[in-house]
Amino acid sequence: MSVVKMKLNGKAVNGDVEARTLLVDFIRQNLGMTGTHVGCDTSQCGACVVHVNGKAIKSCTILAVACESADVTTVEGLAKGGDLHAMQAAFKEHHGLQCGFCTPGMIMSAIDIVKRNGKNVSEDVIRRELSGNICRCTGYHNIVKAVQAGAANM
Amino acid sequence: MENFNYHRPATVLAAAAMLKKSKDGKYMGGGHTLLPTMKQGLAAPTDIIDLTAIKNFGGIKVSKSIVTIKAGTTHMEVAASKDIKKAIPALAEMAGKIGGVHVRHKGTIGGSIANADPAADYPSACLGLGATIETNKRKIEADKFFTGMFETALKAGEIITAVHFPIPKKSAHQKFPNPASRYALTGVFLSQDGKGKVRVGVTGAAASAFRATEIEAALTKDFSAKSASSVKIAAKGLMSDMHATAAYRAHLVSVLAGRAAAAAK
Ligand SMILES: Cc1cc2nc3c(=O)[nH]c(=O)nc-3n(C[C@H](O)[C@H](O)[C@H](O)COP(=O)(O)OP(=O)(O)OC[C@H]3O[C@@H](n4cnc5c(N)ncnc54)[C@H](O)[C@@H]3O)c2cc1C
Ligand code: FES
Ligand code: FES
Repeated sequence: MSVVKMKLNGKAVNGDVEARTLLVDFIRQNLGMTGTHVGCDTSQCGACVVHVNGKAIKSCTILAVACESADVTTVEGLAKGGDLHAMQAAFKEHHGLQCGFCTPGMIMSAIDIVKRNGKNVSEDVIRRELSGNICRCTGYHNIVKAVQAGAANM
Repeated sequence: MENFNYHRPATVLAAAAMLKKSKDGKYMGGGHTLLPTMKQGLAAPTDIIDLTAIKNFGGIKVSKSIVTIKAGTTHMEVAASKDIKKAIPALAEMAGKIGGVHVRHKGTIGGSIANADPAADYPSACLGLGATIETNKRKIEADKFFTGMFETALKAGEIITAVHFPIPKKSAHQKFPNPASRYALTGVFLSQDGKGKVRVGVTGAAASAFRATEIEAALTKDFSAKSASSVKIAAKGLMSDMHATAAYRAHLVSVLAGRAAAAAK
C-alpha cells in the first residue's frame, strides 16, 4: 500500500491504494463517490469516463498511482450548488437517458467533445466522438440531441 | 488483476535498468492494451515500469522529408497535429480512427507498435510508408519489424523511442472497422513516393501486418482505383474468425486498396 494524493473536483484528496488499484476503484471505494460507473471489464463501455488534467479518459483503464498530483473531475464536480451544468440540464431537458447507467460517462465525454470542437459541434462529429460510450437503452438519438443543445449553452 | 510493483522512471536508461532488475516486468505506455489484458488475467507482470514520466518521451517533429513521432505521443496528439496533417494527412486521419476519444487520449504509438496486435492500425502505416522504428539500441526498418501475431523484432527489454515516417508524394488510409471493437477488421495504408514507388500496408487480415506486393506492382504500373481493386488476393494464410472469413478479408484488401488509391493525396 502507498498513499496517493490528487485533486478531485477542486478538493485535495488522498488515500491508501495498492499499485493495482484503478482510478475508478479509488474514486468509488476509497472516496465513496459513486457517480462514476463501471459498466464493463474490457475498457469498452465508457460509463467510467472522468477528466484527468482536462482530458476525458476511462477511469477503469488507468492506475490510481499514475494519477499522483493529477487534477480529476467526476460528474459530481459539474453542478454549481443546486444548479446543474449546462450539459446535465440538456440531458434532462432532452430525455437523453432512460436507466441512467451510461449517463455520467456520456456527460463527461460530451463536455470534452465541446471543449475540443466548440459550441457549434456538428451532429456527425458528436456521433463519431461518442463511439467510446455505449448506451443499452436510448438508441442514442436523444443523447446526440442533448449534447448538441448542451454545447450551445456551455 | 494481480498486484505488482509500480515504477515511474525519469529516463529511458533508468527504465531499461528497472526492467532488467525485475523478475517479470513490463513497460507501460498508455496502458490501453496492457491494463485490459491484466484485468482479464491474461498478463500478470511482477513489475510495471511506467514510461509516461520520462522527459521528452513524446513529441512530434516534421522536417522536409521525415515525420518523427516519439514513442510516448498519444493517438490524439497525432490526429490533432497541424504539421502531420500537412505533411502526411493520411497518418493523422488514421490516428483519428483508432478506438474512441478516450483510447486516443491515452494510447501511444510506441505501445501500439510494440504490441503488434494483428488488428492494430499503426503497423499498416509503418509498412505503407516504409517507416523506421528507433529503439534505445538501434534502428529497425518496418519491413523487418512485424514478425508475427503480437510478435516483433524487439529484443527483451528494448524500448521504442521514436518512429520516423518518410513523407510520401501522396498517401491514403482506409479502414473497415469491426463495428463492436473499432479495431480494423481490415485496414489498408498506401503511399506513393516522388519516384513513383508504391507501398501498400495491410492490417487486420493476417496474423501480422504485411505488404500487399501484388497490389503494389499493379499500382506502380497504373495508379488507379480500378488497378488496385482488380487484384485478387489469395485467402490462404489470412485470418478467419467469428467476425469474418479469410475470403471476406481477402476481398476487403482489394476493395480498400481501390478506395485508398482513389482517395490518395
Ligand atoms: C476500447 C479500445 C479500442 C481500441 N481500438 C483500437 C483501434 O481501433 N486500433 C488500434 O490500432 N488500436 C486500438 N486500441 C489499442 C490502443 O491503440 C492501445 O493504446 C495501443 O495498442 C497500445 O498502446 P499503449 O500506449 O496503450 O500501450 P500499453 O498498453 O501501455 O503497452 C502495450 C505493450 O507495449 C509495450 N510497450 C509500451 N510502450 C513501449 C515502448 N515505448 N517500447 C517498448 N515496448 C512498449 C508494453 O510493455 C506492452 O507489452 C484500442 C484499445 C481499446 C481499449
Ligand atoms: S467501465 Fe467500461 S470502459 Fe470503463
Ligand atoms: S440510459 Fe441506460 S445505458 Fe444509457
